[in-house]
Amino acid sequence: MIHSLFLINTAGDLFLEKHWKSVISRSVCDYFFEAREKAVEPDNVPPVIPTPHHYLITIYREKIFFVSVIQTEVPPLFVIEFLHRVAETFQDYFGECSETTIKDNVVIVYELLEEMLDNGFPLATESNILKELIRPPTILRSMVNTITGSSNVGETLPTGQLSSIPWRRAGVKYTNNEAYFDVVEEIDAILDKSGTTVFAEIQGVIDACVKLSGMPDLTLSFMNPRLLDDVSFHPCVRYKRWESERVISFIPPDGNFQLMSYHISAQNLVAIPIYVKQNISFFETGSSGRLDITVGPKQTMGKTVECLVVTIHMPKVVLSANLNATQGTYNYDPVTKILLWDIGKLNPQKLPNLKGSLSLQSGAPKPEENPSLNIDLKIQQLAISGLKVNRLDMYGEKYKPFKGVKYVTKAGKFQVRT
Amino acid sequence: MSASSAFIDEKGGSASEPEYGHDPASGGIFSSDYKRHDDLKEMLDSNKDSLKLEAMKRIVAMIARGKNASDLFPAVVKNVACKNIEVKKLVYVYLVRYAEEQQDLALLSISTFQRGLKDPNQLIRASALRVLSSIRVTIIVPIMMLAIKEAASDMSPYVRKTAAHAIPKLHSLDPDQKDQLIEVIEKLLADKTTLVAGSVVMAFEEVCPDRIDLIHKNYRKLCNLLIDVEEWGQVVIINMLTRYARTQFLNPNINESLLEENSEKAFYASDDEEEEDKKDEVAPLAKRKPYVMDPDHRLLLRNTKPLLQSRNAAVVMAVAQLYFHLAPKAEVGIIAKALVRLMRSHSEVQYVVLQNVATMSIKRRGMFEPYLKSFYIRSTDPTQIKILKLEVLTNLANETNISTILREFQTYIKSMDKDFVAASIQAIGRCATNIGEVRDTCLNGLVQLLSNRDELVVAESVVVIKKLLQMQPEQHSDIIKHMAKLIDNIQVPMARASILWLIGEYCEHVPKIAPDVLRNMAKTFTNEEDIVKLQIINLAAKLYLTNSKQTKLLTQYVLNLAKYDQNYDIRDRARFIRQLIVPTDKSGALSKYAKKLFLALKPAPVLESTFKDRDHFQLGSLSHLLNAKAGGYQELPDWPESAPDPSVRNVEIPDWSKCTSRKDRKEKKAEKPFYSDSDGESGPTESADSESDSGSGSESASASDESGSGSESGEETESEEEEEDEEEEKKKKRKKHLDKTKAKKPVEESTESEQSSGSEERKRGRKAVKNQKSASESESESESSESGDESEDESEEESESDTDIRKKKTPVSKQPPKQSKKESKKETQEMSLLDLDDFEPAPASAPVTPVNFMSSSLVSDLEGLSLTDTILAPTTITPSGSIKMYELLHRITGEGLAVEYCFSRQPFSPDPNMVAVQIQFTNNTNSETKNLHIEEPRLQCGMRIREFAEIDVLSAGESVTVVMGIDFCDSTQAANFQLCTHTRKFFASIQPPVGELMTPVFLTENDFKKEQGKLMGMNEISEKLTLGEKCVNEHVIVERVTATANLSRVPCGSDKECSTPPPPPAPVYRFAGKTVSSGCLVLVTVSTKEGGRAQLTVNCEKMLIGTMLVKDIMQALSQ
Repeated sequence: MIHSLFLINTAGDLFLEKHWKSVISRSVCDYFFEAREKAVEPDNVPPVIPTPHHYLITIYREKIFFVSVIQTEVPPLFVIEFLHRVAETFQDYFGECSETTIKDNVVIVYELLEEMLDNGFPLATESNILKELIRPPTILRSMVNTITGSSNVGETLPTGQLSSIPWRRAGVKYTNNEAYFDVVEEIDAILDKSGTTVFAEIQGVIDACVKLSGMPDLTLSFMNPRLLDDVSFHPCVRYKRWESERVISFIPPDGNFQLMSYHISAQNLVAIPIYVKQNISFFETGSSGRLDITVGPKQTMGKTVECLVVTIHMPKVVLSANLNATQGTYNYDPVTKILLWDIGKLNPQKLPNLKGSLSLQSGAPKPEENPSLNIDLKIQQLAISGLKVNRLDMYGEKYKPFKGVKYVTKAGKFQVRT
Repeated sequence: MSASSAFIDEKGGSASEPEYGHDPASGGIFSSDYKRHDDLKEMLDSNKDSLKLEAMKRIVAMIARGKNASDLFPAVVKNVACKNIEVKKLVYVYLVRYAEEQQDLALLSISTFQRGLKDPNQLIRASALRVLSSIRVTIIVPIMMLAIKEAASDMSPYVRKTAAHAIPKLHSLDPDQKDQLIEVIEKLLADKTTLVAGSVVMAFEEVCPDRIDLIHKNYRKLCNLLIDVEEWGQVVIINMLTRYARTQFLNPNINESLLEENSEKAFYASDDEEEEDKKDEVAPLAKRKPYVMDPDHRLLLRNTKPLLQSRNAAVVMAVAQLYFHLAPKAEVGIIAKALVRLMRSHSEVQYVVLQNVATMSIKRRGMFEPYLKSFYIRSTDPTQIKILKLEVLTNLANETNISTILREFQTYIKSMDKDFVAASIQAIGRCATNIGEVRDTCLNGLVQLLSNRDELVVAESVVVIKKLLQMQPEQHSDIIKHMAKLIDNIQVPMARASILWLIGEYCEHVPKIAPDVLRNMAKTFTNEEDIVKLQIINLAAKLYLTNSKQTKLLTQYVLNLAKYDQNYDIRDRARFIRQLIVPTDKSGALSKYAKKLFLALKPAPVLESTFKDRDHFQLGSLSHLLNAKAGGYQELPDWPESAPDPSVRNVEIPDWSKCTSRKDRKEKKAEKPFYSDSDGESGPTESADSESDSGSGSESASASDESGSGSESGEETESEEEEEDEEEEKKKKRKKHLDKTKAKKPVEESTESEQSSGSEERKRGRKAVKNQKSASESESESESSESGDESEDESEEESESDTDIRKKKTPVSKQPPKQSKKESKKETQEMSLLDLDDFEPAPASAPVTPVNFMSSSLVSDLEGLSLTDTILAPTTITPSGSIKMYELLHRITGEGLAVEYCFSRQPFSPDPNMVAVQIQFTNNTNSETKNLHIEEPRLQCGMRIREFAEIDVLSAGESVTVVMGIDFCDSTQAANFQLCTHTRKFFASIQPPVGELMTPVFLTENDFKKEQGKLMGMNEISEKLTLGEKCVNEHVIVERVTATANLSRVPCGSDKECSTPPPPPAPVYRFAGKTVSSGCLVLVTVSTKEGGRAQLTVNCEKMLIGTMLVKDIMQALSQ
């Protein structure tokens, strides 16, 4: 299936290659460079590029292109999903997935790639198994390693791979047994000029951090499971129990993982926490424009909106912005043409406002379209859909775990058209 | 840390001599490389592991950067036997990379791997095989072959998985090994661990994807394992099964495709009809063949459905494409939600999903309509995503939603992304052609765009307007005029050409402007693009034909210019047109028709999606994405005209555990022409299941069964009488047979179980054997009899498919279905072949069992009974007088829906720990009731319900019977649940009588006594009673008891009692059974005494059950 993998940075340097079958010359990447050039934006590089003898399937992540070489028919999503899993594994191992960390840990990266694919077919992709095979670097361990000269490779052979629960390793022990669940909801919305909702939905995930000894069997139940419209689960979740009882029953992997994601699409259930009053206009003459934006709270359920950021991709002709913000700071980058207004906490008494003039390239025609605003925000202690975890029960182990649930609402792809 | 330092070293090296990595052949490198590699060699040769490790790390870092490290091969390969695991691993990495280039040296390492293959640690065995098969050296092919074969029968599933991975490696190295490899694949396909399944199917796909015959026997297993296979394996298996299903099953939409032209209405109509088809296979449906879904087909759909919830987009997509290609139209809709969910994922995932959604939305627009808004475009989306979303939106547009879509499009047109704007304009054009109502609105909108400042926008609009105008040119001469004026400003050739064509085509609508335009164009002719020149010639010709007075000279001029054009196409066209339109002496017959030729009415173009008909590629595949066949793509076959023999998928249950020992048997079976139609799908094992009940209940399966069909109720009374007459004779027979069975039992166990005895019998038989052998179960025996309990996983699916049939069959069950007749014949023949015995009607493989009068087939006369009647009772029994029906829902409270249930006493095959409850729905209303299903079961702790499949439609006046399973946990607590229709919910509750919580068990008298001996004291409950007036003979007593509780009678055994014709003065009746859920024995003894008195004893570990049972039986007997 996957023949080879090349990692290429945004500058076009090929900094890592790995072959699972016979070596394929790196010149195959020329086709990729060609497409990359044509696409202008890295986002626009087609994920699948056919070449005379191979197919290149590419993902772009963390400023790195993962270019895989395929020779025969394979579901493209299979490869794409796998490449993302590779990136996630790097992230898991090194804290971030960047060119520097990959270069710094090149041996571990190579070992990981070796374990994850055999002859191009995925072998071990569960992070728990991989961590048994290849220990992730930690500061302490790397120090010890440099002193003693040992390395990260496990001394003992893993057993987890062979157990019936492939995602959990055996013999986990903690002194503090704790299980934390973060319910994170993101609002995806499109608001039109007048402020009416064109489209809104909630994408939620439950991230878990479970550090429990032994083989705990957990059951998580909700106060209002019927809210959840469409769900997808980590493989550990017993689907049948969800179907019949609407509870989430699972033997958790060790450590951090995403338990489930869900989707609430009924529009009337989606509360829009803020409103935006905006007025952006460009004048026909004088190469200038005006901008006036006010943000105010709408349905915040009594919580404060934090980390409020407004991002505007300005038309190319906008040279600079001379604005005045009543709250927070703004910054206009004339190269990327991005205006960023970092408001911070939203104060309902005194609404933040950004006002001023824009200067345009002289002689250029005025832009036809007003740029749309992208909003970022965060509301702590609130799941905007109203989803509530009812209880978490543990079976199979004797000790009493410490349990915690946290709710956060964020803006996802939240866009205001102007 | 050390690894990083290694890397930096490398970087440092390349910084000073940058040409290294790129040109390893140049001389300078070798010298300096050689130097540097010298110290690495030294390190590798040292005895310190830490130095070796350091060296290996640096080498691996070199490999990672694509540098040549091949000259280190001899130094590295020495370390393959290194004890240090870390060093070893890195050496492996190196070997796999360079072995191909240094074949001779690589051979040095082989012996290490061969040793590794024998290691007691499975992980070492696996990794040895992995590396051995990864070094691509042709000379070791035989060694690899041997290693793979050996590993394929390794104890450890992990090693077997590695073997499966090695198969494609060897195949690509040496394709000549294919035949041998296929054998290994066949063997591994039979493996039942989830770890192996994905890998072996992958090997199958790479080595022999056309050997679909290898899948047959493993099909059901794969379906059942699917949910537990790791995600990557799931994708491969699902894709393979899609292809498999396309060759093996019938098109579920076959009836619809006949009606496709009638579109919407036909869609609903046929939908209903399909339902009916399902319900009633016999009903004569005019013209069309009724379609019945193969249970295996259903199984696949059912088992893949939960995977739509997978977190892995590839799995979701695989299931989606499976549903799209295989599911009945009505069910495909469920995939939409999951696909829409994927759109939240990474943009690459989005891209692929949208491609597939675009294809799907053409065929099944309704599916995605509810999610229309999810395809709305954000300004931050990458252009390629925007264009795909636009495609989907356009496909989804229809009369009802067009206004919202157009409003969206309007915002898109203002976007800064010009490619996207152009695509939006085209999308508007497509909507306008497809939906007549909005054509004018769209046209007006587009005309407004003509004044846009962006030339590209204008050009695109012109092209689209041209296409739209062709549909109704008369009304739009204004627009044509407007466009004619624009031609001076528009530079995009395609747009200019379009305008010229329009003017030429409709020159009669704009008689004044047209010649003027031609005049202008003639001036600039030489500077135009080819495509524009052609249109100028075209325009000239058309004008010449319609308005030759004004344009004759102009035309001549243009043609002359064209005559000397550089482009031969244009010269050619000019010559051709001149001959055609300018009448000369020589001009042929054609010029008469010139006007007709040029001004013929042209059909309006159809604006089609580029995704149309892409679905002939399997969705989700690379080929589909590229719209071109990729290497190694397996065509999705067309549905077969008629389904191939479904029995090929039948697998004997023992096969799961011991496939080799049974080979001969399997073959024998395959040859037999099994049931030729739908019934056959359930296969011998399943049908045996359903049969078992009729057989099991009957006095002795030995001789009598053929007549007593389980579904027949009327016969019972007659045969009861007959039976009494025959009593004596029967007893003789029975004894005779008993002896025989006893002698034969162990043999029977293994040979006949698949053929004639269902799980029920088998269990009973097993008990018997167990007892005989004093509970020492040999392994093979347990395997063969396991079907009911341990190997649920496997048998479950088959039995479920059985349930399906059951449902479909119900309405027919009144008349014994033909095929079962045939079958019974078969069965009998088969059996008489098997036990070469003298008694004539003699099917009789089952051990002698006492009569269970109630449960089904009645014992009737022994001899000479026709072979035609079925032994194979349909699994839903027709409710007869003898089985008590309970009311679940009265037709008044149920608003016309009446629901009754009874305990059918059939074993519930999907789960042997459940009590089968047969539910009959009758619709007494005038309208149809839809979506009958169960919701919100409220159960006592431990209780479980297996719901029946939802009944889609129950038409007025119809009734339908389904079977559901309830595990009451051996308590008489009621199972509460809600019965839902499409409109209402009703509360319902099923409370079992204690007697229904058990299932008959066969015990010999001796065994019975032995077991009873173990259940004394607290476990024994004894009561005295006086028999009712009617309980005068054996028959009535037995009947009463078995009616109360689902028990089987213990034959009054071996000795004297039966040998003398008149029953002994104080007969003792014994009954045995076990509780369904926990399998506790329930033993009932009724010893009659003189004067109608009797003593009733119940031995049961569960005292509560015992007490209740005593009460119930007392009541039954004393009436």
